[in-house]
Amino acid sequence: MTDPFRGRAAIVGVADAASPTGELVGTTRALEAAMVREALADAGLALTDVDGVFAGTGGTFMHSMELAEYLGIQPRWTDSTQTGGSSFEVLCEHAAAAIALGRCEVAIITYAATPRSSFKRGGPGFGGGAQRAAALAAGVVPPMVEWELPFGMRTPMGAYALAASRHMAQYGTTSEQLAQIAVSTRRWAARNPRARLQELITIDEVLASPYEATPLHKLECCLVTDGAGAVVLTSAERARDLARPPVLVLGAGTSHTHSMISQMPDLTVTAGTVSGPAAFAQAGIGPDDVDVLETYDSFTITVLLALEDLGFCPKGDGGAFVADDPLGPGGSLPANTNGGGLAYTHPGMYGIFLLVEAVRQLRGECGDRQVPGAEVAVAHGCGGVLSSTSTIVLGTEATR
Amino acid sequence: MSDDAPTRFAPPTSPAGAPFWEASRERRLVLPWCDGCARPHWYPREVCPHCLAPDVSWRPSDGRGTIYAASVMPKPAMPMMASLVPYVVVLVDLDDGVRLMSNVIGCEPRAASVGRRVRAAWEPLEDGRHLLVFELDD
Repeated sequence: MTDPFRGRAAIVGVADAASPTGELVGTTRALEAAMVREALADAGLALTDVDGVFAGTGGTFMHSMELAEYLGIQPRWTDSTQTGGSSFEVLCEHAAAAIALGRCEVAIITYAATPRSSFKRGGPGFGGGAQRAAALAAGVVPPMVEWELPFGMRTPMGAYALAASRHMAQYGTTSEQLAQIAVSTRRWAARNPRARLQELITIDEVLASPYEATPLHKLECCLVTDGAGAVVLTSAERARDLARPPVLVLGAGTSHTHSMISQMPDLTVTAGTVSGPAAFAQAGIGPDDVDVLETYDSFTITVLLALEDLGFCPKGDGGAFVADDPLGPGGSLPANTNGGGLAYTHPGMYGIFLLVEAVRQLRGECGDRQVPGAEVAVAHGCGGVLSSTSTIVLGTEATR
Repeated sequence: MSDDAPTRFAPPTSPAGAPFWEASRERRLVLPWCDGCARPHWYPREVCPHCLAPDVSWRPSDGRGTIYAASVMPKPAMPMMASLVPYVVVLVDLDDGVRLMSNVIGCEPRAASVGRRVRAAWEPLEDGRHLLVFELDD
């Protein structure tokens, strides 16, 4: 039986901005507006067509309301869900569901952040310190401040390092295996002229880079760059008449297991074990059917856990699975084909870039890094500290 | 910076966590247990996260446990901890049945590896409370 949401909505417009310098010019609002304008033009739609606004960031408090006001939109569907880096996959799921229900017809999702240029100007850069300070000023003690902060875990890399330490102890995963993920990803980045890091690297170079938090080395950690993006969705029917080949939302799933790392039930198992199978079941396909995988790579361990939890290999076998470079160009599971958060761009919440690259791969627009004949792509977001996951299965018209 | 400048962040105390911090003044470890389902939980909450019962009692713990995960910090997470690097951040599974974040002190940081047994220790905070840390115990 076909799922009632399968293929009812499509991504019809995308845009993203990143630079080899790691920096972009403009305020985050101006960047978001530029991305929305570009993505609507990509789709062949106008601002007046938009009746659904999805934004988990960018404002001070009421994100989607502040964005819609700035852009001059008065929508009939609004969503400010915030689950960290996976927010954009969650918002994509929500937008597809709202479109399938007929509650809105043209939805925009957008994001911009400039932590790199902000930090150079003396600003806070990336991190939750400002929010924590605000909570304390309001007389609320966030559990993280009381029960984790005193122990000096570097955030976020320390949380992911704890997970890596557990996976290594439990399954014998090695630093060389984790390093291979960074090496494979960099091979893709070398084919992306907008990537921040384009030089090829070796496993030895990854292992020779300094520890950020053992067992994770610097070259296993994502960038901190400026970046921006936008995605436009509409109904599959309306998508047929637009400027680009539609990319259908075949399936979606979301879950979260915790907020702070000391509350994660099992550091080797993410919410991807829920969101992945849910998305695949809705799409009516399995991991073997995936032609290209865009999966959140805040750290190498993030990718390894996702591969296991989405079912590309059995739990515990992720290290052996990645060792032969299946994720790189020409591999059996091309992954993070734009160079990922490890080498392309990572403004703090990377999830929108997963969607943008997946769409471009399915449209065949990726030039030197195009996966030939890609029909099915997965965008798998991960937010917080391995806390939330959201999995989107996308397909070309041929998969309808 | 003077020699006795604090190297530890003394966190604010939540209402739910107050009994833990008060006992820490005497270097006593107590944990919250649910009166309804008789299970412990961590971190301290106003209600039991297993059954939402609002009645929590505090019971002593012998502070023994096993390292579940460990990561050595080569740089401090905050400037006041600069003199402590490298130090190890761990998740400890207490024998009582809860997991918490802490540090292991008094050993080479890399020696505090997954699976090692640990016992509770205490580091003084500037306000008379103590921070629950651990020492190797095997």
